[in-house]
Amino acid sequence: MGTSVLFEARTERGAFYMLLLLVLCCFGGKCELQDSKPSEQTDFPGVEPFHNEFDEPQAFPDEERANLPVFTMDYPRIQLPFEFTLWVLLASFAKIGFHIYHKITIWIPESCLLISIGLIVGAIMHSVKEEPPAVLNSNVFFLYMLPLIVLDNGYFMPTRLFFENAGTVLWYAVVGTLWNSVGIGISLFGICQFEVFGVQDINLQENLLFASIISAVDPVAALNVFDDIGVNEQTYIIIFGEGLFNDAVTVVLYNMFTFLAGLPVVESTDVFLGTARFFVVAAGGILFGLLFGFVAAFTTRFTHNVRQIEPLFVFMYSYLAYLVAECFAISSVMALITCAITMKYYVEENVSQRSCTTIRHVVKMLATISETLIFFFLGVVTITTEHEWNWAYILFTLLFAFIWRVIGILVLTQIINPFRTIPLNFKDQFGLAYGGLRGAICFALVFTLPDNINRKNLFVTASVAIIIFTVFIQGISIRPIIEYMNIRKTNKDRKTINMEVHTRMMEHVLSGIEDLCGQWSHYYWKDKFKKFNDRVLRRILIRDNRSESSILSLYKKLELQSAIGLLDAPLGDLSAAPSIVSLDDQRKEATRAKEKFLAADVRKMHKILSKNMYKIRQKTISYTNKYNLPDDSRTREILIRRHASIRRSLRAESFREQPSQNIPKSQKYYSLQPGGDLETTFPLRRRNHGGSEDGDHPSALTSRSSSRSLIPMRRLNTIKETGNAGEQPAASSQPHSPSPVDALDMRGPGGLEGSSFRGRKAPVPAPKRHLSYRIDGGEDLADSERAGEPVRPPQLPPPRGWEPEDQEPRENETLLRDSSQGPRGSGRS
Amino acid sequence: MGASQTRPEHKYQDLADKTGFSLEQIKNLSKRFQQLSGNEETISRDNLESIPALANNPIRNEIIGAFFDKRNQHQDAVGSCQEIGFEQFLMVMSHFRPPTLKTTVEEKEAMRKEKLRFLFNMHDTDNDGTITLAEYRKVVEELLSKSDAITKETAEAIADAAMLEVASINVPHMGPDDFYEGITFEHFEEILKGLEMETRMHIRFLDVDTAKMGCGKSTS
Repeated sequence: MGTSVLFEARTERGAFYMLLLLVLCCFGGKCELQDSKPSEQTDFPGVEPFHNEFDEPQAFPDEERANLPVFTMDYPRIQLPFEFTLWVLLASFAKIGFHIYHKITIWIPESCLLISIGLIVGAIMHSVKEEPPAVLNSNVFFLYMLPLIVLDNGYFMPTRLFFENAGTVLWYAVVGTLWNSVGIGISLFGICQFEVFGVQDINLQENLLFASIISAVDPVAALNVFDDIGVNEQTYIIIFGEGLFNDAVTVVLYNMFTFLAGLPVVESTDVFLGTARFFVVAAGGILFGLLFGFVAAFTTRFTHNVRQIEPLFVFMYSYLAYLVAECFAISSVMALITCAITMKYYVEENVSQRSCTTIRHVVKMLATISETLIFFFLGVVTITTEHEWNWAYILFTLLFAFIWRVIGILVLTQIINPFRTIPLNFKDQFGLAYGGLRGAICFALVFTLPDNINRKNLFVTASVAIIIFTVFIQGISIRPIIEYMNIRKTNKDRKTINMEVHTRMMEHVLSGIEDLCGQWSHYYWKDKFKKFNDRVLRRILIRDNRSESSILSLYKKLELQSAIGLLDAPLGDLSAAPSIVSLDDQRKEATRAKEKFLAADVRKMHKILSKNMYKIRQKTISYTNKYNLPDDSRTREILIRRHASIRRSLRAESFREQPSQNIPKSQKYYSLQPGGDLETTFPLRRRNHGGSEDGDHPSALTSRSSSRSLIPMRRLNTIKETGNAGEQPAASSQPHSPSPVDALDMRGPGGLEGSSFRGRKAPVPAPKRHLSYRIDGGEDLADSERAGEPVRPPQLPPPRGWEPEDQEPRENETLLRDSSQGPRGSGRS
Repeated sequence: MGASQTRPEHKYQDLADKTGFSLEQIKNLSKRFQQLSGNEETISRDNLESIPALANNPIRNEIIGAFFDKRNQHQDAVGSCQEIGFEQFLMVMSHFRPPTLKTTVEEKEAMRKEKLRFLFNMHDTDNDGTITLAEYRKVVEELLSKSDAITKETAEAIADAAMLEVASINVPHMGPDDFYEGITFEHFEEILKGLEMETRMHIRFLDVDTAKMGCGKSTS
């Protein structure tokens, strides 16, 4: 083996990393084939030759100096980035590993797994007497790792929720953290007075410093659980915001106490100055954050010509905010959070869709790396460093941390409840208290303590103990407990148009009622800010400033995505859609025995399906899940497609009494379909997608016709409306993406026929689907796939006689359009 | 705020029992009521329409209308009245009382239903038990009326899409000749199932008299 050569040849360190590499490859290989590939490709070419000729090149240069070396290596030069890369890779492979069997991560938080892997690696390192990498020092942590984590938190914070609960969140984050720090610190100091425990040399400042470190709560595990089971929004945002802002508080306290701990004597003025400084630091942070946030937003106003570097601005400005704040020793975390929150709203409107996606991905990725590494190091460090184990101190730390947290939540809730419109009940409080896990930040802070703290090792040990305890015990048990407790739950916002409309309506009503009462409170200020935002901020900061209602933007989003889905459909046809369908199938089949699908059954199924589909979506949307992006395009797509099909099908049926003359028309229209003559009809209209159709799709036809037979006589008189609805918002939203618009445009008539026959989606997949479906048929595919074989012969066999009509698609359209006018007017009461 | 206007305590107590407000809240609201009505016994539409803060509210008409809607006043009557007294005013306001820790699940459910009914009534202007497309469109249009970028057609399209959504959620097995008449209350409940009504749709009525700035001005 190459490794044996290695051991003799190189330093222990190099050897270890080779070993690490091998472990890594094994890991990769174990996971999945495709996972191991990148590792082979990326690592081995560099390393494999290095294995074999390891000794020779070292020896050669001395003897044959004159010759140009054929092969050399310079490990020290690449050592740092190389090792870093390996660490990241190893951690990433570990993550892949966990997710292979995804039930693991449901029951055991990822942080537990990462720590475990870290422990294993640490054990290996320990056995080969390898020093842990000295990567994690104070500077690295504060300048590189922390900002990444914080940026992620700030950027993905659910802003609306946060501002609705801002007071409570800040109350818990700021006062709660202070409470914990001071409480734990003083209690521990009390413990230190007992000689029995042998820790008398820890003075008050050091205790406070340590306490401030371990009061940093890391809510990832709790959030994941909360997210999965849909805990009510209030509890969720409080945990989220608390985790976010108590980082800021903790870092401030940490710096303060580090300073104080260095002083021989602390005078009362120091305490006073410390308090004053606390506020200066926080306010300064917010100020810098706002400044840089607005500058960033303003800059992106002008980046539309340099789309490639758009995302860069987000990162650079937020990092700049962080660094400048750090430079002035004000709360850099605060600055970064504020900056991210401020700019997010404006930036996301300025930058292109792609840049937006990029930003989100990169933010997530960096944060995940950073956090993964910290947890990983935690595991490694736990094994490899010298520990100073003092039972009393550590146990009391655990005890106090827990007690103070519980008391803190209870007391603080009692104080804040009268100010809240919805008081937090006992279960919420329990969730809050129990969700207080300690995590990465806590470890990083304690690990980067200056060396002049004489009991640093004890602190590290105690912190590791509390982290492992909370992460493992609380982290694993929180899910069953919360589920058992049946905490106040919410249905996650299913983004339907109605929801959006009514959310807005509710807000307006509330602010109106407040005005009526002559009270100024939450909604009043919200209203005011919105006005200010629309009038001033948006004008300055956003390039294409048309103040946009969230209803409209949601609607546009749905429309746009349905258009994209439409375009994608022919490609995604075989892969994506069927899998979705089959999923639904299984679900359906689980619930009901197989039998003949009567029309009524099919309808029921459709109902089940539609519910399920919404649920899928609901489950997967997780905007703050730390390890995932909030992007759920897949499930979204289902919704979108469904949305589109619903629209089409229902439009047809939702408007009443057409003049009877319409019926023949619609029949005619629809009878075009089965004949497969659409190609002749649509290409003409679908100018932009010309040629996307294929000549024959008999198989598709069978499935379509069978499903169509279900609802043979849906009327089609409202086509114009569909077209309208489709093209208009999309056109206004995406002026530079002609294809979706166009597709939408076509969708009106094209889609209508489909859905109106096929609107009742039976969950059985079409047995044979044709591969190259037409584009506009493609969208229907999603339906038609679900529209199974609701066994009935087509009631209206394709009357070929209509074919001549196809030559006049224009007329066809106008006819339909005309017909739609009538019922539009008359169909309403 | 003359002493003559202050009603006797027991009168408030009745109202408190009826509406669930505390006495302080009722006092506050009555001050506001006096201010709005110009010390009259009743409030008319004009009184409410002249509130400057409301001027920018896109659905001002609906909100004001809701106050004069008899359905919202816990009476069995329908239709709208021209003037409302303090009691009716309170009744309408009481839809926005926040739940307390003591409210039971059933009560919460009832409150939710009430709130939903309130919203529903805002839509259902002709009081036929359904929200028709026209009614829905009107509300959506008004909601969107404050932003310039949105044309009437867009608003209509959105309302249509929303309507379709309702229909699809509620009547998935619609016959070919069926027509979705409009949103009934049951359907309305169904589509807004996911909305956190009970925790959102309420405002805090102040217990202490902090609304002095307004009251002082008009009465002094």
